[in-house]
Amino acid sequence: MAKIGFEPIVSAKNIFKSFKTVKALNGVDLEILPVEYTALLGPNGAGKTTLVEIIEGIQNPDSGEIKIFGKHWKGNKDELYDKIGLSFQETRFEDKITTKETLKMFASFYGLGNKRIDEILNIVNLEEKSKSYVVNLSGGQRQKLALGIALLNNPKLLILDEPTTGLDPTARREIWSILHSLKKEQGTSMILTTHYMEEAENLCDKIIILDNGKVLSKGTLKELISDSDSGEIIEFKVSDKNKLPDFSGYNDVRNINFDESTNLVTINIVNTSIVLPEIINLLNNANCEISELRCRYVTLDDLFIKMTGRKLTD
Amino acid sequence: MIKQFTQLLSIQFKEFFREPGALFWSFIFPILMSLALGMAFSDKPEIVQNAAVILPQNNENSILKNFLKTNCTKLKNKYQIINNNDNIGKTISNFQVVTKTESELMMKRGQIEIIISEENKKVNYYFDPANASSRLAYILISGTIDNKKLISDNSIIKPLEAKGMRYIDFLVPGLLAMGIMSSSLWGISYSLISKRSKKLLRRIVATPMKKSLFMFTMFLSRFTFSILEVVVLLVFARIVFGITIQGSMFAFAGILISGCFFFMGLAILLASRTSNTQVGNGLVNLFTMPMMLLSGIFFSYNHFPDFAIQIIKYLPLTLFTDSLRSVINEGAGLNEVIVPIVILFTSGLIVFLTGLKIYKWY
Repeated sequence: MAKIGFEPIVSAKNIFKSFKTVKALNGVDLEILPVEYTALLGPNGAGKTTLVEIIEGIQNPDSGEIKIFGKHWKGNKDELYDKIGLSFQETRFEDKITTKETLKMFASFYGLGNKRIDEILNIVNLEEKSKSYVVNLSGGQRQKLALGIALLNNPKLLILDEPTTGLDPTARREIWSILHSLKKEQGTSMILTTHYMEEAENLCDKIIILDNGKVLSKGTLKELISDSDSGEIIEFKVSDKNKLPDFSGYNDVRNINFDESTNLVTINIVNTSIVLPEIINLLNNANCEISELRCRYVTLDDLFIKMTGRKLTD
Repeated sequence: MIKQFTQLLSIQFKEFFREPGALFWSFIFPILMSLALGMAFSDKPEIVQNAAVILPQNNENSILKNFLKTNCTKLKNKYQIINNNDNIGKTISNFQVVTKTESELMMKRGQIEIIISEENKKVNYYFDPANASSRLAYILISGTIDNKKLISDNSIIKPLEAKGMRYIDFLVPGLLAMGIMSSSLWGISYSLISKRSKKLLRRIVATPMKKSLFMFTMFLSRFTFSILEVVVLLVFARIVFGITIQGSMFAFAGILISGCFFFMGLAILLASRTSNTQVGNGLVNLFTMPMMLLSGIFFSYNHFPDFAIQIIKYLPLTLFTDSLRSVINEGAGLNEVIVPIVILFTSGLIVFLTGLKIYKWY
């Protein structure tokens, strides 16, 4: 038997869920361990929201088993809602109610008082806006309020559905910093859905890539990239695509992608230092003019394109 | 639990009182309505009738010419008779002497109700019998031309001014019932649908708070607003029009509670599935509009055909309005209104439970 400390906080086995003609989840397995931040990464329609809603107890799977803190949702709703904190995609609070009043109402649901409300206002940095009506808050402030509500009950498990979608980079980084300190100080576990690769990389220990209701890959960022044996990337733009030489015969070149809209050539290779001089040579011989040459490591985005043929943001 | 209850209630009160539109429709609108309609129907209105007179070619010894000369006051371009009586109000008859062509044009333009001409010492009246004001003009003018008195010597006019018999007495209970129906349906349905569309409803219930407590506070806050509306309108009606509740207060409370309960239950049913506020608006209008038109809020539904009356009588708003009228104006007690109370309460329970059964929280 596993040690109590390492028993999964969330365990989902073989989850299937369909809506009319759409198969939203197609046999998904998932395990979240204590003090682990997990990102569910995938494009729109991948099944991320359906999966978190099943974890949140808002939807029932057609088949499969889901346990939170070792318990099923049925018959344990109050107990489980007491332990988890949620933030849904695009929840809008009442316009003419202030930030503090909104927090106060939710705090009462958990039997919490003013002390905790003040702590939350401090954590999410909304003290100055405590008396503002929700209607007068910016997008980032509203998301911080939603996060504050999710944190009220000091949850052991935090489930955030696209918490930074639509926010500007500054507001996004502010939310990331709150989540980082939460992990350090409270030892919270978190499931976060996102279609921002950068967010998953920055915040999470484990990344699960979902597409068409299936888990394509899971592991730490390092594992995902090394498992895929993806090598490195050389990227450049060409002024005339007809002059582009054929690289496909070379052993070291694994994959070539040409983006018609930007004239961007992306070449997946094993080792840049070996291949780059040869590529430059070929381009010179073909009299092919290039610009914006860049060499980099493979990212999640490249990995996703390799797995699905689509971009995460599609 | 008490903390949750007070917080939910306080938020619902704040939502209501911070919305100027809601305050206007709940409190100010019924007062303005009763004031406007009450004033309009409490003064005795002037009756003004306009007639075109075509005199005969040879108008010596003409009945009409003599009538105009003898009985009417000659003004710049017309003749006029003013009949002013304290008990029935002022009646003004205007006569314009014109040609046949002119008279026809005036009738087409709606400037006159009747055309009067003379042939072989007989007075001819031309009017559309389907038009009630033309018929009234004929009755009054022909009587005057025939030298009949407006009030015969054997008649005594006694205006009804006793409480409960005026138009305003008829109107105020109707406005009360309509106000409760509108504020219950709009208040609860709209608030729930909007919370669902904002995904706030699912956020609220994804906590250890009991759903039943949420519904209960929603009912309680809406019921409190309805009572406030009733009190405000009744105090106003008492001060301005001297209206008091003549029947039993128990009966009044019973009918008020059962009416509120029915419409709040209906609101839950209407708001049970949709998360689209426009669909919600349509659903609420679908129920409120026909009842507002048919249930005799402003004018008696007894003008409808008999078969329709048999249906209208049992519409929830009609049951509610008629019962309020009988308690406020006729002095009815609990026994007289127990049937509508039971019908409203039972049907309220049915719609409420059906609504809860199919209710979509997420």
